[in-house]
Amino acid sequence: MTEQPFLSVSNLTKHFGGSGFSRAPVVRAVEDVSFDVPRGKVVGLVGESGSGKTTIGRSVLRLIDPTSGTVRLDGVDLTAMSARDLRRQRAKMQYIFQDPFASLSPRMTIGQILMEGLGIQGTGTRRDREDRARAALKAVELPADAFDRYAHEFSGGQRQRIGIARALALEPQLIVADEPVSALDVSIQAQIVNLLRDLQTRLGLTMLFISHDLAVVEYICDTVIVLYLGRIMEIAPAAELYANPRHPYTRALLSAIPEPVPGRASRRQILTGDIPSPSNPPSGCVFRTRCPHAIDACAQVVPPLEAVGRDHRSACIRNHELETAEAVPA
Amino acid sequence: MNAPVLDIRDLRTVFRVGGRELTAVADLDLSIAPGETVALVGESGSGKSVTSLSVMGLLPRKVGRIDNGTIAFRGKSGAARDLVGMTPEALRQLRGNDMAMVFQEPMTSLNPVYTVGEQIAEPMRIHLGRSRAQAAAAAVQLLADVGIPDPARRARQFPHELSGGMRQRATIAMALACDPKLLIADEPTTALDVTIQAQILDLLAKLQAERGMAMLFVTHNLGVVAEIADRVAVMYAGRIVETGTVDEVFDHPRHPYTQGLLRSVPRLGQATALKRAGTPLPTIAGAVPSLANLPRGCAFAPRCPYAIDACTVAVPPLADTGGGHGSRCIRWPEI
Repeated sequence: MTEQPFLSVSNLTKHFGGSGFSRAPVVRAVEDVSFDVPRGKVVGLVGESGSGKTTIGRSVLRLIDPTSGTVRLDGVDLTAMSARDLRRQRAKMQYIFQDPFASLSPRMTIGQILMEGLGIQGTGTRRDREDRARAALKAVELPADAFDRYAHEFSGGQRQRIGIARALALEPQLIVADEPVSALDVSIQAQIVNLLRDLQTRLGLTMLFISHDLAVVEYICDTVIVLYLGRIMEIAPAAELYANPRHPYTRALLSAIPEPVPGRASRRQILTGDIPSPSNPPSGCVFRTRCPHAIDACAQVVPPLEAVGRDHRSACIRNHELETAEAVPA
Repeated sequence: MNAPVLDIRDLRTVFRVGGRELTAVADLDLSIAPGETVALVGESGSGKSVTSLSVMGLLPRKVGRIDNGTIAFRGKSGAARDLVGMTPEALRQLRGNDMAMVFQEPMTSLNPVYTVGEQIAEPMRIHLGRSRAQAAAAAVQLLADVGIPDPARRARQFPHELSGGMRQRATIAMALACDPKLLIADEPTTALDVTIQAQILDLLAKLQAERGMAMLFVTHNLGVVAEIADRVAVMYAGRIVETGTVDEVFDHPRHPYTQGLLRSVPRLGQATALKRAGTPLPTIAGAVPSLANLPRGCAFAPRCPYAIDACTVAVPPLADTGGGHGSRCIRWPEI
């Protein structure tokens, strides 16, 4: 028997607007997304603007309420929970934000920032809370004297370490890291990815790692989910996704990443057109308007996620025709 | 060889911050030939954007100024003129006409209350003396040239009615309106999604080849440099630390910072092997130093795996390593 997944997201849908007096069209941010994260594993949510990756991350912690669908953490349905019960659950799940300049209060010392969540949870005595905050600071390899300093005294990379320490102080079991390295310089990005990977394996954390960059998630993720306009296009073990991408969107996304290798550009596949608006997504397959392989049938039905390999699923009705990467465009 | 469109010699740009003068760019030499693309690449605070602002004469007034050096620019007149010390009025005559700019965030260059067509037409009316009707027609043609479908309709729309990628295409159309000799593109694809970035890079390369413009391309992304540039200058803490053709610098980097930076960029499909071996991703230790507190000698020495005592004595010169390739490292022959 397989172990029950630690985090289980089922048929998650989130629409914004369209109710009350607003005349703005409904934004379909997330449509019918389901996936599991086993305990101690890292799943990457990757996609461009409007793919729904952040909305999924926030819905998982119920920082926003989903329109429909369920999120279960360790078997407990978070979507049906009262606010008071939810607060108790939140100690188990923490969020790391993208912008280390916006997510740390300028008026609090780092120590106060790290202890705030523990105070809200009513964890231990003040002394215990300080011990845990100091341990978290040490875990992210910041000097002990950082405890009494303020956020503005730190560089971007150091601030992101503080953001990670704040999440760790609560000793969570699930971390949602939303573009945690996107605001950092290249030479600092790898430092933070290494730190997250090290903490994750050492502490056995379960993690959702959100990124727009497929190159960044490969090292840290066990499984990668590729999203487009609120839907899952492909899901596969990380090594498999990079070695054998199956969905035309994943292939295009991989091909579009500029790599520091002169002469590679000429072999690149360039998608035409813009990402459609999530308030007016195409019928059928949402990617079909930019897909080089689209046929008439693609407009008719939303393609189901079909198995194309071991733990590997792709939502394309032409999955089997396009098996090899060299398939000829329609 | 053709006379350079842009020839910067010994540029030094300083900023006044809290009563102190900080050197944002120092000892900078850079030249760009007609039809050539040169990339300035570096991390935050490296001085790459300050260099481009110095060329455009757009340094923040009373805060930033060029302290030393010459910026010889050969515009449409064919004669080289020094942009340093030129009056604001004379610079305004050149900007948008002989040289044009594309910035990271298209909404900073587009005026929300004018139609896209009006804004593309404006420089042609000001600089080229075109009539309103001529300029309007040319604007529609430019929108078509930058790959905007249904250009006549788009010309009548306002910037907010366009997507981010479309807006960047529109600012490129505006920049090209007067057929400039030099295009300065400062992080033009950084705010865009990766599939749209690929489109814009492709477009810039195509337009540049068609028009034979020189291009100064400022970016933090080494992958983008490899795609777009002929030559590259890598900047660190206000100085060029390595320069050469893109092939040379990427295949045989001769400065430890360039080497570290190239290793730090995640390569698709390679992280899996590292993960399986339990090896961390390669990094550069430490952080970029503050301009207010630069180390003595080589600014990279505190982070450099090859640093020796001699590195902290004086700023190393940009040594010629052969074939137009230069490295600001005293140990370049060894590394």
